[in-house]
Amino acid sequence: MKLRDGGGLFRELARNRTLYLMFVPIALYFLLFAYLPMTGIVMAFKEFNFRDGIWLSPWNGVKNFKFFFISGKALQVTANTFFYNFLFLALYTLFSVAVAIFVAEMKGRYFKKAAQSFMFLPYFISWVVVSAMVYNFFNYDTGTFNHLIAALGAKPLNLYSTPADWYFLLPFLYVWKWVGFGSVLYLAAIMGIDPEIYEAATIDGASVFQRIRSITLPSLRMTMTVLVLLGVGRIMRGEFDMFWQLIGNNGPLIDSTDIIDTLVFRSIMGSQDFAMASAAGLYQSLLCLAIILLANALVRRVDEDYALF
Amino acid sequence: MSADEVSFNVLGYVFLGLVGLVTIYPFLVLIGSSFASEHELITKGYPIIPAEFSLKSYGLIFSSPGKIARAYGVTIFITVVGTLVSLFVSSMSAYVLTRRSVKYRRKLAFFIYFTTLFSGGLAPYYIVIVSVLHLKNSMLALLLVPMFNVMYILILKNYLRQIPDSLPEAAVIDGAGEFRIFTRIMLPMSKPALASIGLFTALIYWNDWWTAMMFMDREALQPLQYLLYRILSSVNLAANIVNSATLIDLPKESLKLALTVVSTGPILLLYPFVQRFFVKGVALGAVKE
Repeated sequence: MKLRDGGGLFRELARNRTLYLMFVPIALYFLLFAYLPMTGIVMAFKEFNFRDGIWLSPWNGVKNFKFFFISGKALQVTANTFFYNFLFLALYTLFSVAVAIFVAEMKGRYFKKAAQSFMFLPYFISWVVVSAMVYNFFNYDTGTFNHLIAALGAKPLNLYSTPADWYFLLPFLYVWKWVGFGSVLYLAAIMGIDPEIYEAATIDGASVFQRIRSITLPSLRMTMTVLVLLGVGRIMRGEFDMFWQLIGNNGPLIDSTDIIDTLVFRSIMGSQDFAMASAAGLYQSLLCLAIILLANALVRRVDEDYALF
Repeated sequence: MSADEVSFNVLGYVFLGLVGLVTIYPFLVLIGSSFASEHELITKGYPIIPAEFSLKSYGLIFSSPGKIARAYGVTIFITVVGTLVSLFVSSMSAYVLTRRSVKYRRKLAFFIYFTTLFSGGLAPYYIVIVSVLHLKNSMLALLLVPMFNVMYILILKNYLRQIPDSLPEAAVIDGAGEFRIFTRIMLPMSKPALASIGLFTALIYWNDWWTAMMFMDREALQPLQYLLYRILSSVNLAANIVNSATLIDLPKESLKLALTVVSTGPILLLYPFVQRFFVKGVALGAVKE
């Protein structure tokens, strides 16, 4: 849109008027549901009240941020968000790649089909249902797990008041829910490898382990790098659905399982504490943006074609 | 088979077998236990094959299905209407982004893409929906909030781009308008992608409880998953749902299980038929450009 085009913008809009009109609905949607709230980041520097709204409430400088950081909450939720997402990403990648490689290289078509169907199933249910299942297994009085270990003579597990157990359970459930999806993703990449390379290697006497080490893994390296970096780009965005459904407002667990997203949500819906919510929200958005720009720059260095922008 | 192939396959059977078993097991427990008597659940835990078979909870649900049926209605409505509108608008926008004659197509693509990089956070979002757009307690909130996904639009764009440009251009020469070209030529040609993306979108609507928790206080307009969430967190509500006057008689645990099964049932029943579309959809997204 250079000035010397002289009305270039309007001429362009007139020439492709139908096409631009066809884009209006989506443009309007993102204006109202994404860009308008984006201007609301000023809330973080205001003493918000409903009467004056986002843009007219009085300014209060960095008071909200002071509150967020001094309360100690900032450090705690940042550490939790980062720690859990890091574990999630590492285990999810490991299991997805392992499942994909076995499915690609194993015999037993029907066995593989069945196993894959089972694994993909958790992708289709909400965390509400997962939380019901977790309760079935681990509730103190009637849970299957506690019946089992009681039968073995061990002490029952009081999951809902033992923070340490969740360090294992949450990553486990994360992998449980997403490994089917992730393995399909990596399997698609394996299927894209030229089969002639495998045939040639087999004729040359390469064992299945050698084929995986010298063909499959190197070919997957690019996909893995990109998907992991994308995951890193989202590392400060917590799995709100999961944490809220499984743990929710559980006092004894809050210090070890409170992530940025649950803190923001509780502040809004619980105490209508918009000072905390808007400061923590903006802090998270900026952190996310910085990390994704960094991750993208890294992807660009690995392979420009895979860069996001 | 050579020795290393044998050991690889043994390893594979064990590993995939274990992962598969661990994923399917909770589903079997959920369904099996929903047919067990309350007494068995409390004294022996949750079985896959109940020893004391009981249909009491299902009986309670189906004898006064009012609220569940209503929530089902809300969920089906937002899933069907939301998915159709989302698919149409998403693919229409994707089509615009593929047309070379649109000079600003890259800028438009970045305009929607940027929203995935930066957001105002939940606090301003909540305020905008509630006090600027006034969508609190409106069915429109349930429809609009989960409606569009930037990744899906870009996947559709990549799919449409495989259709040779000469096709719409020839139609332009024949005098067809762009909207007509989109509905008559491009939409029918992108059916496979639409099927996959449509199912992903439908799944999002079906499983959405978040939007209702944020924006829907009117019980009559609450969708199934949110109702289920509320039931699971409160036994009193479970009693209220099945119009039971007393809590004493109520098979609390088995009622929760039966309600979970009833609200997840359609997904489990449809799963074998739709799974391949989802697998295709993942592959669509994995293929860059």
